[in-house]
Amino acid sequence: MADLKSNFIGIKSPNPFWLASAPPTDKEYNVRRAFEAGWGGVVWKTLGSEGPPIVNINGPRYGAIWGADRRLLGLNNLELITDRPLETNLREIKAVKRDYPDRAMIVSLMVPCEEDAWRAILPHVEETGADGIELNFGCPHGMAERGMGAAVGQVPEYIEMVTRWCKQYTRMPVIVKLTPNITDIRKPAEAAMRGGADAVSLINTINSITSVDLDIFAPEPTIDGKGAHGGYCGPAVKPIALNMVAEIARSAETAKLPISGIGGITNWRDAAEFMALGAGNVQVCTAVMTYGFKIVDELISGLSQWMDEKGVTSVDQIVGRAVPNTSDWKDLNLNYIAKAVIDQDKCIKCGRCYAACEDTSHQAIAMSEDRVFTVKDEECVACNMCLNTCPVEGCITLEQMAVGEVDPRTGKEVVAEHGDWTTHPNNPSCLTLQ
Amino acid sequence: MTHSSATNGIVANRVSPQQLADNFSDLHGPLDDHEAQVAADRCYFCYDAPCTTACPTEIDIPLFIRQITTGTPEAAAKTIFSQNILGGMCARVCPTETLCEEVCVRETAEGKPVRIGELQRYATDKLVVKGEHPFTRAASTGKTVAVLGAGPAGLSCAHRLAMLGHGVTVYDTRPKAGGLNEYGIASYKSTDNFAQAEVEWLLSIGGITMQCGASAELADLQARHDAVFLGIGLGGVNSLRAEGEDKDNVTDAVSFIADLRQADDLSKLPIGRRVVVIGGGMTAVDAAVQAKLLGAQEVSMVYRRGKENMSASEFEQELATSKGVHLIYNAAPLRVTGNGSVAGVEFGYTQTVDGKLEQTGETFSIAADQVFKAIGQTLLNVPEGLMIEGGKIAVSDTGATSVKGVWAGGDCASGGDDLTVTAVAEGRDAALDIHASLSR
Repeated sequence: MADLKSNFIGIKSPNPFWLASAPPTDKEYNVRRAFEAGWGGVVWKTLGSEGPPIVNINGPRYGAIWGADRRLLGLNNLELITDRPLETNLREIKAVKRDYPDRAMIVSLMVPCEEDAWRAILPHVEETGADGIELNFGCPHGMAERGMGAAVGQVPEYIEMVTRWCKQYTRMPVIVKLTPNITDIRKPAEAAMRGGADAVSLINTINSITSVDLDIFAPEPTIDGKGAHGGYCGPAVKPIALNMVAEIARSAETAKLPISGIGGITNWRDAAEFMALGAGNVQVCTAVMTYGFKIVDELISGLSQWMDEKGVTSVDQIVGRAVPNTSDWKDLNLNYIAKAVIDQDKCIKCGRCYAACEDTSHQAIAMSEDRVFTVKDEECVACNMCLNTCPVEGCITLEQMAVGEVDPRTGKEVVAEHGDWTTHPNNPSCLTLQ
Repeated sequence: MTHSSATNGIVANRVSPQQLADNFSDLHGPLDDHEAQVAADRCYFCYDAPCTTACPTEIDIPLFIRQITTGTPEAAAKTIFSQNILGGMCARVCPTETLCEEVCVRETAEGKPVRIGELQRYATDKLVVKGEHPFTRAASTGKTVAVLGAGPAGLSCAHRLAMLGHGVTVYDTRPKAGGLNEYGIASYKSTDNFAQAEVEWLLSIGGITMQCGASAELADLQARHDAVFLGIGLGGVNSLRAEGEDKDNVTDAVSFIADLRQADDLSKLPIGRRVVVIGGGMTAVDAAVQAKLLGAQEVSMVYRRGKENMSASEFEQELATSKGVHLIYNAAPLRVTGNGSVAGVEFGYTQTVDGKLEQTGETFSIAADQVFKAIGQTLLNVPEGLMIEGGKIAVSDTGATSVKGVWAGGDCASGGDDLTVTAVAEGRDAALDIHASLSR
């Protein structure tokens, strides 16, 4: 069986599954239960400076988006960093780490953007025996209004500065958690790297309003008639997170920067995908908030089985495996020709592919009187929309045309050579080069 | 006096009042909001959906289900009613397993269709129970139409005509409107006096005058109105053509079903200890199941052909067996025995040879103190001058009879199955044709 042991920037854990800094890691009670359930590590919910703790709202903190059967697809939260005294958290962190020495204990931090504030808190954290710290530069609401969280994460210079302070004042590894609420994720990652960060973790939550109460005309969740944007997470944000992880992993400047992947990871497959795109480990929150700690059993069994099937013996061997295949659009092979094929035995004749293709795509599906749906190869551009709307998995597939065959749509022979936009005759800049 | 299932003869009060209430409660209780959401979530919103095509009234089923999922069941109800004004009753009595649900792509995919009938009930109940009527009448056309028969066809026709601005008078010989919805449907399919509530709701469009308990002559109606629609149903019942059929306690299943529906107190309704129902349609099932529910000890339903030929659906057959009805196939009645009153029925086994039903020569007898005949209904009291085709009033696709100015629809008219939903479609389409004719 595959060995799931993880060593992320020198922090060891029995598996690469950590709980992200969030409500599930807010206190000793939760974290002990998470460790008993089998989680490899936790990032303790963000601590603030000494003194009176912050206060949370007492109305609804979460908003949600649901799919079929009310399956939670996206979660929006208005919760702030821990609202418990610093001393209590530190005492609990120390106790838990003492009892679970094999698990990763990372402490998330967010203090004012002043050198003294960071210098003051770091020794206290170090004293707990924690394995590392994560700098919360991502929290998009509340704390950002006070010049912390995303307010720091959106300014690369601040990221670099604070990271440098932390590296200066502690021996612990420093992970910088990035906000996705920026235009180019590589800039803050580069800043963290310049500041000496050992790793980045991403993504934090995305600014969001989940819905609007149409009776009182206020965003939801609504607190006494008003709503504020929150941070969006859960399965819905996974594609955004995957891209941002890949952007950092395949950028020459940050290619060597370790990444802890976060964003909608719900099952082993999601975890494997993040790792394939360059994440050294992953952090989970919404999935446990939806289903409880027990999902880690499936994460472990699924990843192990897949690794065994792939003949892979350690998680390091899968990290970044998909990075070389992640390219720019201009490098995609325009000579690759595929056509959609509908398996008539699997087809249940719902006609959704037809509606999608006929109404919105390329009019490349024919419908007979008796509801037999077939692809018109002479029209099909293999856009994949039929496959994406088909309710039956595996019913519609895209099949590559063989070299030498003639594409009935273009009348051109399929060639073996790679041909992309950079060399395409229609590309004006390509013409310039000639 | 209290009796049990084992009490001899035909007696009332075989089961406790509580048990009776349970037995005759809704076959399918209404879906609550959550159940409706879960059920509606399963609809794939098919293109040119097979369910809609399979519905005789062509309700836009994917649309109404989508309207349920988006929290607007009232809009869903309007989608249904715009095609089928008796969508509430149809949701209860349609054999969906042989119509919309049979062709649902999820039946194809998983053997479990979307629960279309129950979702239709969920949506339509929202409006009917609230008493909200979603349609308004067009300006009066000054034309009047007579509708003969207040059953599904007649009511559907009347409503559409009223909506289009015509004045409608509906005549029915029975004291209550509704036709088979009121008199011919198993009680557990339409509880809480729904048929009357639905009629009242339907009439709230206005412009319809009801003349129940009144008979009318076609010639007179033709003279007094601009058009006439006949929705008179099938008034006659086929006979067994078996010896001894005239013995006491051999009656029509339709009368039994009507008596049941009209009974104020089911505990006063007598039922035999041993009941035999002869026939293979929905009427036979409704009679057999209800005999069992009233407390009969043994109920046999005997059909002269095989299971596959039975017009009662698979679902109806399973319902009957689940209630304890003994289904016997391939047996035809030879004679009814007994001295004055029925004591038993002798059957001969049948087989089909070269497409013809024959006796095999083997016989058997079933003891019975009550026999219900459910072997089909026939057209009675057809006004003179109308062309008849296959025992029914001959009509065009839009319900026009051979006589100018007279339309017909529902069970009395040719074409289509004898189903409530088919009658509704025919009544509606005839109304549209009448409207077109009157607008010329």
